Amino acid sequence: MCATCGCAGDGHQLKAFLPGARPRSFAGLKLSNSDHSPANSELRTANSELRTANSELRTANSELRTANSKLVVDIERDILDKNNRLAERNRGYFEAKNIVALNMVSSPGSGKTSILERTLADKGREMAFFIVEGDQQTSRDAERIAAGGAPVVQVNTGKGCHLEAEMVHQAIRQLQPTENSVVVIENVGNLVCPSMFDLGESKRVVVISITEGEDKPLKYPDMFHTSQLCIINKIDLLPYLKFDVEALKTFALQVNPGLEFIELSATSGEGMNQWYAWIKKQQTASHFSK
Amino acid sequence: MHELSIIQSIIDTVETEVTRKGGSYRVEAVVLQIGTLAGVETGSLEFLWPAAVQNTLLDGAECQIEIVPGTAVCSDCGTGFSMINYFDPCPNCRSHLINVQTGEELKIKTIELCAQPADVPATATN
Repeated sequence: MCATCGCAGDGHQLKAFLPGARPRSFAGLKLSNSDHSPANSELRTANSELRTANSELRTANSELRTANSKLVVDIERDILDKNNRLAERNRGYFEAKNIVALNMVSSPGSGKTSILERTLADKGREMAFFIVEGDQQTSRDAERIAAGGAPVVQVNTGKGCHLEAEMVHQAIRQLQPTENSVVVIENVGNLVCPSMFDLGESKRVVVISITEGEDKPLKYPDMFHTSQLCIINKIDLLPYLKFDVEALKTFALQVNPGLEFIELSATSGEGMNQWYAWIKKQQTASHFSK
Repeated sequence: MHELSIIQSIIDTVETEVTRKGGSYRVEAVVLQIGTLAGVETGSLEFLWPAAVQNTLLDGAECQIEIVPGTAVCSDCGTGFSMINYFDPCPNCRSHLINVQTGEELKIKTIELCAQPADVPATATN
Protein backbone atom coordinates (compact mmCIF):
# COMPACT_ATOMS: atom_id res chain seq x y z
CA MET A 1 0.00 0.00 0.00
CA CYS A 2 1.35 3.36 -0.99
CA ALA A 3 1.35 5.79 1.90
CA THR A 4 1.77 8.81 -0.32
CA CYS A 5 -1.64 8.61 -1.92
CA GLY A 6 -3.12 5.40 -0.57
CA CYS A 7 -2.94 3.54 -3.88
CA ALA A 8 -2.90 -0.21 -3.66
CA GLY A 9 -0.43 -0.81 -6.47
CA ASP A 10 3.23 -0.32 -7.15
CA GLY A 11 4.91 2.61 -8.81
CA HIS A 12 4.78 5.19 -6.08
CA GLN A 13 7.59 6.06 -3.81
CA LEU A 14 7.02 5.49 -0.14
CA LYS A 15 8.65 8.79 0.53
CA ALA A 16 7.07 10.82 3.24
CA PHE A 17 5.40 8.73 5.87
CA LEU A 18 3.82 11.80 7.36
CA PRO A 19 4.28 15.37 6.23
CA GLY A 20 7.37 16.62 8.00
CA ALA A 21 8.12 13.34 9.75
CA ARG A 22 11.41 11.53 9.30
CA PRO A 23 11.42 7.85 8.36
CA ARG A 24 11.52 5.86 11.57
CA SER A 25 12.56 2.33 12.28
CA PHE A 26 10.17 -0.25 13.68
CA ALA A 27 11.12 -3.49 15.42
CA GLY A 28 14.76 -3.19 14.45
CA LEU A 29 13.94 -2.94 10.75
CA LYS A 30 14.82 0.16 8.81
CA LEU A 31 11.94 1.73 6.95
CA SER A 32 12.86 1.60 3.32
CA ASN A 33 11.72 4.67 1.48
CA SER A 34 12.75 3.50 -1.93
CA ASP A 35 9.97 1.23 -3.14
CA HIS A 36 7.17 -1.16 -2.24
CA SER A 37 9.68 -3.93 -1.64
CA PRO A 38 8.89 -7.18 0.19
CA ALA A 39 10.95 -5.75 3.07
CA ASN A 40 8.24 -3.18 3.54
CA SER A 41 5.61 -5.85 3.69
CA GLU A 42 7.71 -7.76 6.22
CA LEU A 43 8.07 -4.56 8.13
CA ARG A 44 4.35 -4.14 8.23
CA THR A 45 3.86 -7.73 9.33
CA ALA A 46 6.46 -7.27 12.04
CA ASN A 47 4.86 -4.00 12.95
CA SER A 48 1.45 -5.56 13.17
CA GLU A 49 2.83 -8.42 15.30
CA LEU A 50 4.41 -5.84 17.51
CA ARG A 51 1.10 -4.07 17.80
CA THR A 52 -0.64 -7.31 18.66
CA ALA A 53 1.96 -8.06 21.32
CA ASN A 54 1.69 -4.51 22.53
CA SER A 55 -2.04 -4.72 22.70
CA GLU A 56 -1.85 -8.01 24.65
CA LEU A 57 0.54 -6.34 27.04
CA ARG A 58 -1.86 -3.47 27.47
CA THR A 59 -4.71 -5.85 28.13
CA ALA A 60 -2.69 -7.63 30.79
CA ASN A 61 -1.59 -4.32 32.17
CA SER A 62 -5.06 -2.99 32.45
CA GLU A 63 -6.31 -6.17 34.08
CA LEU A 64 -3.74 -5.61 36.80
CA ARG A 65 -5.18 -2.25 37.60
CA THR A 66 -7.91 -2.53 40.14
CA ALA A 67 -9.30 0.93 39.64
CA ASN A 68 -9.89 0.63 35.95
CA SER A 69 -13.34 0.74 34.41
CA LYS A 70 -14.31 0.53 30.76
CA LEU A 71 -16.64 2.95 29.11
CA VAL A 72 -18.15 2.75 25.65
CA VAL A 73 -19.25 6.10 24.28
CA ASP A 74 -21.60 6.35 21.29
CA ILE A 75 -20.37 8.93 18.82
CA GLU A 76 -22.44 8.13 15.70
CA ARG A 77 -21.00 11.04 13.80
CA ASP A 78 -19.71 11.43 10.27
CA ILE A 79 -15.92 11.36 10.20
CA LEU A 80 -15.92 14.43 7.95
CA ASP A 81 -18.49 16.14 10.17
CA LYS A 82 -16.24 19.15 10.83
CA ASN A 83 -15.52 19.68 7.12
CA ASN A 84 -19.19 19.21 6.22
CA ARG A 85 -20.33 21.75 8.80
CA LEU A 86 -17.76 24.28 7.61
CA ALA A 87 -18.84 23.62 4.03
CA GLU A 88 -22.42 24.41 5.00
CA ARG A 89 -21.25 27.69 6.50
CA ASN A 90 -19.51 28.55 3.23
CA ARG A 91 -22.67 27.57 1.35
CA GLY A 92 -24.80 29.80 3.57
CA TYR A 93 -22.47 32.72 2.89
CA PHE A 94 -22.63 32.17 -0.87
CA GLU A 95 -26.40 31.79 -0.76
CA ALA A 96 -26.90 34.98 1.25
CA LYS A 97 -24.88 36.99 -1.27
CA ASN A 98 -26.46 35.24 -4.27
CA ILE A 99 -23.05 33.97 -5.36
CA VAL A 100 -22.65 31.03 -7.73
CA ALA A 101 -19.76 28.98 -6.34
CA LEU A 102 -18.28 26.38 -8.68
CA ASN A 103 -15.85 23.67 -7.57
CA MET A 104 -13.81 22.70 -10.62
CA VAL A 105 -12.20 19.27 -10.39
CA SER A 106 -10.20 17.17 -12.85
CA SER A 107 -6.96 15.34 -13.40
CA PRO A 108 -3.89 17.54 -13.80
CA GLY A 109 -3.59 19.01 -17.28
CA SER A 110 -7.16 18.70 -18.49
CA GLY A 111 -7.41 22.47 -18.90
CA LYS A 112 -9.15 23.93 -15.84
CA THR A 113 -6.93 27.01 -15.75
CA SER A 114 -7.12 27.51 -19.52
CA ILE A 115 -10.93 27.38 -19.42
CA LEU A 116 -10.86 29.96 -16.63
CA GLU A 117 -8.45 32.22 -18.51
CA ARG A 118 -10.65 32.14 -21.58
CA THR A 119 -13.78 32.71 -19.47
CA LEU A 120 -12.24 35.77 -17.81
CA ALA A 121 -11.07 37.17 -21.15
CA ASP A 122 -14.51 36.70 -22.74
CA LYS A 123 -16.84 37.48 -19.82
CA GLY A 124 -14.67 39.26 -17.23
CA ARG A 125 -16.29 42.61 -17.95
CA GLU A 126 -19.83 41.28 -17.95
CA MET A 127 -19.74 39.17 -14.80
CA ALA A 128 -17.79 39.56 -11.58
CA PHE A 129 -15.47 36.60 -11.07
CA PHE A 130 -13.50 35.70 -7.93
CA ILE A 131 -11.07 32.81 -8.16
CA VAL A 132 -9.58 30.40 -5.63
CA GLU A 133 -6.64 28.43 -7.02
CA GLY A 134 -5.68 25.18 -5.33
CA ASP A 135 -2.30 23.59 -6.07
CA GLN A 136 0.23 21.67 -4.05
CA GLN A 137 2.99 24.16 -4.82
CA THR A 138 3.66 27.50 -6.57
CA SER A 139 1.39 30.40 -7.42
CA ARG A 140 1.81 29.99 -11.19
CA ASP A 141 -1.91 29.44 -11.80
CA ALA A 142 -2.86 32.44 -9.67
CA GLU A 143 -0.42 34.56 -11.67
CA ARG A 144 -2.03 33.40 -14.93
CA ILE A 145 -5.48 34.29 -13.60
CA ALA A 146 -4.34 37.60 -12.08
CA ALA A 147 -2.99 38.60 -15.48
CA GLY A 148 -6.60 38.43 -16.69
CA GLY A 149 -7.59 40.95 -14.03
CA ALA A 150 -9.72 38.83 -11.69
CA PRO A 151 -9.14 38.79 -7.92
CA VAL A 152 -7.52 35.47 -7.07
CA VAL A 153 -6.22 33.69 -3.96
CA GLN A 154 -3.77 30.83 -4.30
CA VAL A 155 -4.03 28.03 -1.75
CA ASN A 156 -1.00 25.77 -1.60
CA THR A 157 -1.86 22.50 0.05
CA GLY A 158 1.77 21.38 0.42
CA LYS A 159 1.60 17.59 0.56
CA GLY A 160 -2.22 17.68 0.63
CA CYS A 161 -4.02 16.34 -2.42
CA HIS A 162 -7.30 18.25 -2.15
CA LEU A 163 -8.90 21.45 -0.87
CA GLU A 164 -10.95 21.38 2.31
CA ALA A 165 -13.81 23.65 3.40
CA GLU A 166 -11.56 25.42 5.93
CA MET A 167 -9.07 26.43 3.21
CA VAL A 168 -11.88 27.81 1.05
CA HIS A 169 -13.27 29.65 4.09
CA GLN A 170 -9.90 31.36 4.63
CA ALA A 171 -9.53 32.17 0.93
CA ILE A 172 -13.04 33.64 0.73
CA ARG A 173 -12.34 35.88 3.72
CA GLN A 174 -9.43 37.34 1.78
CA LEU A 175 -11.24 37.53 -1.54
CA GLN A 176 -14.36 39.31 -0.24
CA PRO A 177 -16.51 38.38 -3.24
CA THR A 178 -19.28 40.83 -4.12
CA GLU A 179 -22.99 40.07 -4.35
CA ASN A 180 -24.25 38.26 -7.47
CA SER A 181 -20.71 37.28 -8.42
CA VAL A 182 -19.27 33.95 -9.57
CA VAL A 183 -16.69 32.26 -7.33
CA VAL A 184 -14.68 29.58 -9.09
CA ILE A 185 -12.67 27.25 -6.90
CA GLU A 186 -10.08 25.43 -8.97
CA ASN A 187 -9.35 22.33 -6.95
CA VAL A 188 -6.03 20.46 -6.86
CA GLY A 189 -5.59 18.42 -10.06
CA ASN A 190 -6.57 15.01 -8.76
CA LEU A 191 -9.50 12.85 -9.78
CA VAL A 192 -9.69 10.93 -6.50
CA CYS A 193 -9.39 12.78 -3.19
CA PRO A 194 -11.24 16.07 -3.88
CA SER A 195 -14.46 14.11 -4.46
CA MET A 196 -14.79 13.44 -0.73
CA PHE A 197 -14.56 17.02 0.46
CA ASP A 198 -17.55 19.31 0.21
CA LEU A 199 -16.36 22.91 -0.03
CA GLY A 200 -19.78 24.53 0.13
CA GLU A 201 -20.01 24.91 -3.64
CA SER A 202 -23.29 25.42 -5.50
CA LYS A 203 -22.23 23.04 -8.26
CA ARG A 204 -19.33 20.69 -8.85
CA VAL A 205 -17.88 20.76 -12.36
CA VAL A 206 -15.67 17.90 -13.52
CA VAL A 207 -13.42 18.61 -16.51
CA ILE A 208 -12.14 15.84 -18.76
CA SER A 209 -10.08 16.43 -21.88
CA ILE A 210 -10.22 14.21 -24.93
CA THR A 211 -6.53 13.41 -24.57
CA GLU A 212 -7.59 11.25 -21.61
CA GLY A 213 -9.42 7.94 -21.88
CA GLU A 214 -13.17 7.59 -22.47
CA ASP A 215 -13.38 5.16 -19.56
CA LYS A 216 -12.23 7.65 -16.90
CA PRO A 217 -15.73 7.86 -15.39
CA LEU A 218 -15.61 4.13 -14.71
CA LYS A 219 -12.06 4.24 -13.37
CA TYR A 220 -12.69 7.25 -11.14
CA PRO A 221 -16.44 6.96 -10.47
CA ASP A 222 -16.58 9.00 -7.25
CA MET A 223 -15.70 12.27 -8.97
CA PHE A 224 -18.27 11.80 -11.74
CA HIS A 225 -20.86 10.58 -9.25
CA THR A 226 -20.60 13.75 -7.14
CA SER A 227 -20.47 16.29 -10.00
CA GLN A 228 -23.40 18.02 -11.70
CA LEU A 229 -21.67 19.20 -14.88
CA CYS A 230 -19.03 17.49 -17.02
CA ILE A 231 -16.98 19.69 -19.34
CA ILE A 232 -15.37 17.83 -22.22
CA ASN A 233 -12.38 20.01 -23.14
CA LYS A 234 -9.94 20.17 -26.08
CA ILE A 235 -12.52 19.20 -28.71
CA ASP A 236 -10.42 21.10 -31.28
CA LEU A 237 -8.19 18.00 -31.21
CA LEU A 238 -11.00 15.59 -32.14
CA PRO A 239 -9.86 15.20 -35.80
CA TYR A 240 -6.44 14.02 -34.64
CA LEU A 241 -7.41 11.59 -31.90
CA LYS A 242 -9.32 8.36 -31.56
CA PHE A 243 -11.68 9.57 -28.91
CA ASP A 244 -15.30 8.47 -28.71
CA VAL A 245 -17.25 11.31 -27.08
CA GLU A 246 -20.47 9.30 -27.01
CA ALA A 247 -18.75 6.41 -25.22
CA LEU A 248 -17.48 8.83 -22.58
CA LYS A 249 -20.99 10.17 -22.05
CA THR A 250 -22.45 6.67 -21.82
CA PHE A 251 -19.90 5.68 -19.19
CA ALA A 252 -20.40 8.90 -17.23
CA LEU A 253 -24.19 8.51 -17.28
CA GLN A 254 -23.85 4.99 -15.91
CA VAL A 255 -22.10 6.45 -12.88
CA ASN A 256 -24.35 9.51 -12.65
CA PRO A 257 -27.58 9.52 -14.71
CA GLY A 258 -28.20 13.20 -13.84
CA LEU A 259 -24.89 14.54 -15.21
CA GLU A 260 -25.00 17.38 -17.78
CA PHE A 261 -22.34 17.76 -20.52
CA ILE A 262 -20.75 20.67 -22.35
CA GLU A 263 -18.24 20.03 -25.14
CA LEU A 264 -15.81 22.89 -25.67
CA SER A 265 -12.31 24.00 -26.52
CA ALA A 266 -10.66 26.68 -24.43
CA THR A 267 -8.11 27.13 -27.23
CA SER A 268 -10.43 27.61 -30.23
CA GLY A 269 -13.34 28.99 -28.21
CA GLU A 270 -15.80 26.48 -29.68
CA GLY A 271 -18.60 25.62 -27.24
CA MET A 272 -17.57 28.30 -24.73
CA ASN A 273 -20.89 30.11 -25.16
CA GLN A 274 -22.71 27.05 -23.87
CA TRP A 275 -20.54 27.20 -20.74
CA TYR A 276 -21.29 30.88 -20.23
CA ALA A 277 -24.99 30.22 -20.69
CA TRP A 278 -24.78 27.44 -18.12
CA ILE A 279 -23.15 29.80 -15.57
CA LYS A 280 -25.84 32.42 -16.23
CA LYS A 281 -28.52 29.78 -15.70
CA GLN A 282 -27.04 28.97 -12.28
CA GLN A 283 -27.24 32.66 -11.34
CA THR A 284 -30.95 32.80 -11.97
CA ALA A 285 -31.90 29.31 -10.84
CA SER A 286 -32.04 28.27 -7.23
CA HIS A 287 -28.62 26.73 -7.50
CA PHE A 288 -28.20 25.10 -4.14
CA SER A 289 -28.62 21.46 -4.87
CA LYS A 290 -27.28 20.04 -1.62
CA MET B 1 -3.35 10.81 0.88
CA HIS B 2 -6.86 11.74 1.99
CA GLU B 3 -6.76 8.83 4.44
CA LEU B 4 -4.47 10.98 6.57
CA SER B 5 -7.03 13.81 6.55
CA ILE B 6 -9.64 11.25 7.55
CA ILE B 7 -7.57 10.13 10.55
CA GLN B 8 -6.94 13.76 11.50
CA SER B 9 -10.70 14.35 11.54
CA ILE B 10 -11.16 11.28 13.73
CA ILE B 11 -8.50 12.53 16.15
CA ASP B 12 -10.19 15.96 16.36
CA THR B 13 -13.62 14.48 17.07
CA VAL B 14 -12.43 11.92 19.63
CA GLU B 15 -10.16 14.37 21.47
CA THR B 16 -13.03 16.86 21.74
CA GLU B 17 -15.32 14.13 23.05
CA VAL B 18 -12.82 12.84 25.62
CA THR B 19 -11.88 16.32 26.80
CA ARG B 20 -15.55 17.17 27.23
CA LYS B 21 -16.04 14.14 29.47
CA GLY B 22 -13.44 15.49 31.87
CA GLY B 23 -11.41 13.19 34.13
CA SER B 24 -8.57 11.05 32.95
CA TYR B 25 -9.32 8.53 30.21
CA ARG B 26 -7.24 6.44 27.92
CA VAL B 27 -8.78 5.72 24.49
CA GLU B 28 -8.64 1.96 24.03
CA ALA B 29 -10.45 1.62 20.73
CA VAL B 30 -12.22 3.61 18.05
CA VAL B 31 -14.94 1.79 16.10
CA LEU B 32 -15.51 3.11 12.58
CA GLN B 33 -18.17 2.30 10.01
CA ILE B 34 -16.87 2.62 6.47
CA GLY B 35 -18.94 1.81 3.41
CA THR B 36 -17.41 0.18 0.35
CA LEU B 37 -18.51 3.20 -1.74
CA ALA B 38 -17.13 5.78 0.69
CA GLY B 39 -13.90 6.21 -1.25
CA VAL B 40 -11.64 5.24 1.63
CA GLU B 41 -8.93 2.62 1.30
CA THR B 42 -9.26 0.85 4.67
CA GLY B 43 -5.87 -0.87 4.31
CA SER B 44 -4.26 2.52 3.87
CA LEU B 45 -6.14 3.84 6.91
CA GLU B 46 -4.96 0.95 9.09
CA PHE B 47 -1.40 1.35 7.85
CA LEU B 48 -1.29 5.07 8.63
CA TRP B 49 -3.16 4.81 11.93
CA PRO B 50 -0.35 4.01 14.42
CA ALA B 51 1.88 6.80 13.14
CA ALA B 52 -0.91 9.35 12.73
CA VAL B 53 -2.29 9.00 16.27
CA GLN B 54 1.10 9.29 17.96
CA ASN B 55 1.28 11.96 20.63
CA THR B 56 -2.48 12.40 20.64
CA LEU B 57 -5.10 11.14 23.09
CA LEU B 58 -5.58 8.22 20.69
CA ASP B 59 -1.99 7.05 20.99
CA GLY B 60 -2.11 3.26 21.36
CA ALA B 61 -5.82 3.04 20.62
CA GLU B 62 -6.98 0.25 18.36
CA CYS B 63 -8.75 1.14 15.11
CA GLN B 64 -11.66 -1.24 14.48
CA ILE B 65 -13.32 -0.94 11.09
CA GLU B 66 -16.80 -2.24 10.32
CA ILE B 67 -17.20 -2.51 6.55
CA VAL B 68 -20.68 -1.65 5.25
CA PRO B 69 -21.47 -3.28 1.90
CA GLY B 70 -23.16 -1.28 -0.87
CA THR B 71 -26.86 -1.77 -1.57
CA ALA B 72 -29.25 0.08 -3.85
CA VAL B 73 -32.87 0.18 -4.95
CA CYS B 74 -33.73 0.61 -8.63
CA SER B 75 -35.73 3.80 -9.27
CA ASP B 76 -37.38 2.26 -12.33
CA CYS B 77 -38.52 -1.17 -11.13
CA GLY B 78 -37.98 -1.06 -7.37
CA THR B 79 -35.64 -4.05 -7.20
CA GLY B 80 -33.27 -4.03 -4.25
CA PHE B 81 -29.77 -5.35 -4.90
CA SER B 82 -26.21 -5.29 -3.64
CA MET B 83 -23.69 -3.20 -5.57
CA ILE B 84 -19.94 -2.81 -5.75
CA ASN B 85 -19.59 0.15 -8.14
CA TYR B 86 -21.69 3.23 -8.85
CA PHE B 87 -22.05 2.06 -12.44
CA ASP B 88 -23.58 -1.30 -11.50
CA PRO B 89 -26.97 -1.52 -13.24
CA CYS B 90 -30.16 -2.95 -11.76
CA PRO B 91 -29.90 -6.74 -12.19
CA ASN B 92 -33.60 -6.91 -13.09
CA CYS B 93 -34.14 -4.13 -15.68
CA ARG B 94 -30.51 -2.97 -16.34
CA SER B 95 -31.40 0.64 -15.43
CA HIS B 96 -28.70 2.94 -14.06
CA LEU B 97 -31.24 5.10 -12.25
CA ILE B 98 -30.52 3.65 -8.85
CA ASN B 99 -30.79 4.95 -5.31
CA VAL B 100 -27.84 4.00 -3.13
CA GLN B 101 -29.11 2.80 0.25
CA THR B 102 -25.95 1.76 2.07
CA GLY B 103 -22.22 1.76 1.42
CA GLU B 104 -21.51 5.50 1.61
CA GLU B 105 -21.09 5.47 5.41
CA LEU B 106 -18.03 7.18 6.83
CA LYS B 107 -18.75 7.29 10.52
CA ILE B 108 -17.25 7.11 13.96
CA LYS B 109 -19.60 4.71 15.69
CA THR B 110 -18.26 4.35 19.22
CA ILE B 111 -15.13 4.90 21.25
CA GLU B 112 -13.97 2.72 24.12
CA LEU B 113 -12.48 4.56 27.04
CA CYS B 114 -10.69 3.30 30.12
CA ALA B 115 -10.63 5.39 33.26
CA GLN B 116 -7.09 6.10 34.36
CA PRO B 117 -6.31 6.26 38.07
CA ALA B 118 -4.59 9.57 38.68
CA ASP B 119 -1.42 7.92 40.09
CA VAL B 120 -0.82 5.62 37.14
CA PRO B 121 0.76 7.44 34.21
CA ALA B 122 -0.46 6.59 30.73
CA THR B 123 1.60 3.83 29.16
CA ALA B 124 3.42 4.98 26.09
CA THR B 125 2.69 2.50 23.35
CA ASN B 126 3.77 1.78 19.81
